Amino acid sequence: MTAALRRVVIAGAGAAGLTAAESLRADGFDGELTLLGAEPHRPYDRPPLSKQLLAGAWAPDRLELLAGHRYDELGIDWRPSSAATSVSVPDRTVRVAGADLPYDALLVATGVRPRTLPGTAGLAGVHVLRTLDDTVAFQAAARSTGRVVVVGAGFLGAETAATLRGLDVAVTLVDPAPAPLLRQVGPVVAGLLARLHAEHGVDLRLGTGVAGLTSDDGRVTGVRLADGTIVPTTCVLVAIGSVPATDWLAGSGLDLADGVGCDARCRAAPGVFAAGDVARWFHRGRGESVRIEHRTNATEQAMAVSRAMLGADDPYQPVPYVWSDQYDVKLQVYGRLTGTDRFTVVSGSPDDGRFVALYGSDGRVTGALGWRSARELLRARAMVAEAAPWPDAAPA
Amino acid sequence: MMIEVEIDQCVGGGQCVMAAPDVFDQDDDGLVVVLDENPGPDRADDVALAARLCPARAIRLAGT
Repeated sequence: MTAALRRVVIAGAGAAGLTAAESLRADGFDGELTLLGAEPHRPYDRPPLSKQLLAGAWAPDRLELLAGHRYDELGIDWRPSSAATSVSVPDRTVRVAGADLPYDALLVATGVRPRTLPGTAGLAGVHVLRTLDDTVAFQAAARSTGRVVVVGAGFLGAETAATLRGLDVAVTLVDPAPAPLLRQVGPVVAGLLARLHAEHGVDLRLGTGVAGLTSDDGRVTGVRLADGTIVPTTCVLVAIGSVPATDWLAGSGLDLADGVGCDARCRAAPGVFAAGDVARWFHRGRGESVRIEHRTNATEQAMAVSRAMLGADDPYQPVPYVWSDQYDVKLQVYGRLTGTDRFTVVSGSPDDGRFVALYGSDGRVTGALGWRSARELLRARAMVAEAAPWPDAAPA
Repeated sequence: MMIEVEIDQCVGGGQCVMAAPDVFDQDDDGLVVVLDENPGPDRADDVALAARLCPARAIRLAGT
């Protein structure tokens, strides 16, 4: 395939798509390189959306992943507002703006789109936060109303709540789980997060779902909780997770069960690869298919796909990494925390406000979490990478 | 090759330390510390990898 690789099309111009384009050039690819972006903006970074951009600390241009002059220098044909609308895997063509674009290799990097609450389409005052434009609109609304209900206390909802408190916006945080990020970090750390948000004045409505929104004349007026309570607000942020953006691939024959299904080398079909939030691939180290919506995975997987397109034959099996900033706490996680039944603090302590905890199952370390402990956490990473035996000395 | 870091952009991911531990370190808050601002050409590949892996794009290389 290497000999025939003259035209690469990358569908999706987020961190994965842009990194793949850069990596292909760095790895020596000198053929045609087309980068199809759905948005009008040059590729930008998403983690700062709920942090520095929402806080007003950074201007939007600071999020750009690659300086404008570099596209020409690297020979990247970036096309704004040009989402691919379909693909023909046998013909190796992608449809965009009504024309068929031929490729030798296609990278699907179209990411995810936010889940929405049923029955809220078109309701004014209901926001999601995935793009630059989403964030600018939400920020203006949040600042003008001064009172926001955040639905969903996962990474995005919890971070957004923290950032909004920094802007002195009143925040109600709603989730059916009894603590923020419970599913992601387990009960001990989730409990600490609940306390952290409460200390910063967030009105926590946990352990209760959302039954619906109340509205008047096409504008949201409140959030009705499962227990019947209505929280009045004119500004709602819906942060209840995402779904892979694969609608455009319907009928392509690709496996779209949860994102684009790929083998251990991120290959979905002959000449078709996937990377980033949208990619589900067979992680050999874990022995299962995984899909990871983390910023660092977008970069690492895009680099792996670049090598694979150029003929390398290495399975992609990273140690996942994610971080979250909430108030003055930086949470960092390596590996897998979900589905574990062991937890122990190995350095520092929650009472001191700095610690590293290990998570494990089946007698092995599967993940590590640092709470304001970046340096110490890096030492624990090796245990995660090796799936080290659960330390005997540590309490189960 | 000169290394420049934008410290207020650093997210403390430590990817650079893993890619080039003799060039990058972290302070107690996890923020990047450059141990060698002008590493030799034999370190160029690892340093370039560190820059590309950085999830905050806080590492810039001049003279490459």
